[in-house]
Amino acid sequence: MSVALSAQDISRALTRISHEILEKNHGSSEITVLGIPTRGAHLAARIAAIMSSIEGKEIAHGTLDITLYRDDLRLRAPRAIMPTSIPPIGIQGRDVILIDDVLYSGRTIRAALDALGEVGRPRTVQLAVLVDRGHRQLPIRADFVGKNLPTSEKQSVRVSLTEIDGVDEVVIEGETN
Amino acid sequence: MRHLLSINDLSASDAIGILDTATELARINDGQVKKLPTLRGRTIVNLFAEDSTRTRISFEAAAKRLSADVINFSAKGSSLSKGESLKDTAQTLQAMGADAVVIRHSASGAAQRLADLEWMSGSVINAGDGTHEHPSQALLDAFTIRKHLGKGASDLKGLRIAIVGDVLHSRVARSNVLLLSMLGADVVLVAPPTLLPVGVESWPATISYDFDSVIPNVDVIMMLRVQQERMIDLFFPNSREYSRYFGLNSERMSAMAKHAIVMHPGPMNRGLEIAADVADSARSVIVEQVTNGVNVRMAILYVLLAGGPLEVGSN
Repeated sequence: MSVALSAQDISRALTRISHEILEKNHGSSEITVLGIPTRGAHLAARIAAIMSSIEGKEIAHGTLDITLYRDDLRLRAPRAIMPTSIPPIGIQGRDVILIDDVLYSGRTIRAALDALGEVGRPRTVQLAVLVDRGHRQLPIRADFVGKNLPTSEKQSVRVSLTEIDGVDEVVIEGETN
Repeated sequence: MRHLLSINDLSASDAIGILDTATELARINDGQVKKLPTLRGRTIVNLFAEDSTRTRISFEAAAKRLSADVINFSAKGSSLSKGESLKDTAQTLQAMGADAVVIRHSASGAAQRLADLEWMSGSVINAGDGTHEHPSQALLDAFTIRKHLGKGASDLKGLRIAIVGDVLHSRVARSNVLLLSMLGADVVLVAPPTLLPVGVESWPATISYDFDSVIPNVDVIMMLRVQQERMIDLFFPNSREYSRYFGLNSERMSAMAKHAIVMHPGPMNRGLEIAADVADSARSVIVEQVTNGVNVRMAILYVLLAGGPLEVGSN
């Protein structure tokens, strides 16, 4: 087990990602931030708060649960459905920033794109993740990455956040090969 | 969990899990999304060997909103009316690749038999078997009660619920007593002695013969339909007398606590167990029960069918 990101590293990464999102989108007026539960939702709230303080105005943010859109439902025991809350301004014609903790196979993001399609038609969809650990199974990439963590498929990446786990930390578990 | 045959198949946390799932699905259904891809490619058969409006339509709507294919199958117009046995019917459904069968049957235990004898590999969901159980109705009733009176709690602790009328013939009452008491509610059954089943003393509920003394003390009054089609003997002198003692009219409704709600599983005998103005009053959540039924049945289908047969693969 090794600590890949400390609390300070996470905080710096989220601040940098927030600036990058604002830079790329020329400000915040058209941005809707949507986090994928559970931990992505908390990261989305944090990034929206950082962007709000940079811009000096409220950033629309919410959560998007993708459980019902997963393509691996039949491979596992049923998962609990988490809340979806789309901010009142919606996603139609907006720049949607999807936020998740770890980008791995890409299947969660594929499901998220399907889920978004049911809600509306954004102008653009961009992806921000805290950790990109590689091993993609689909042609999907992140626009904003906290940290690229080269891992083996045998390892697992555990993201802890104070809101749920009491501590901010990213840990790699398991053998290297 | 593979089948839903009886409330006894569920633990309190299973039941709360279904209610929580239904809560999230209700939020989705209230929004613009009406169709989810979750059960795409699955086939669900509605096998209704006894008449039904609400339950059949509700299961059909639930399955369709989850993108499952639905085959409706009723006794009239099928070989069941030619005397085909349940076994042959089940084997036919198996051969067609049904992933789940929602069964309504006039014989108590029909769903259990279908599940136990392994005639088919899919899930069996009991949508009412004789006078035995109707678990999806109890779950939607618990959902409705929790939504109105739960104050954010996940269970029903401390709520007092009266179930009134033809308990003897009611599968809804049996399933509700089991579920509501499991979720922490105090259940009181109100009925004439002739309409209580043998062994009711062992149910997790108290019994009263005096409706008027119960009314002010409960949070929910759930009226049961007088099931005349199942009444072979004479259970009460006449319907006017039944109404006078056990019917919910506007005078009785005015004695209810301010926050209390009126429920009925439908179909109603207006004027017999419930007066028309009570059924249509602001306290009545009867129409909402039907709406909630779709969400709760979606949750049941999700829990039974969305997961794989075995926990294989990992991530």
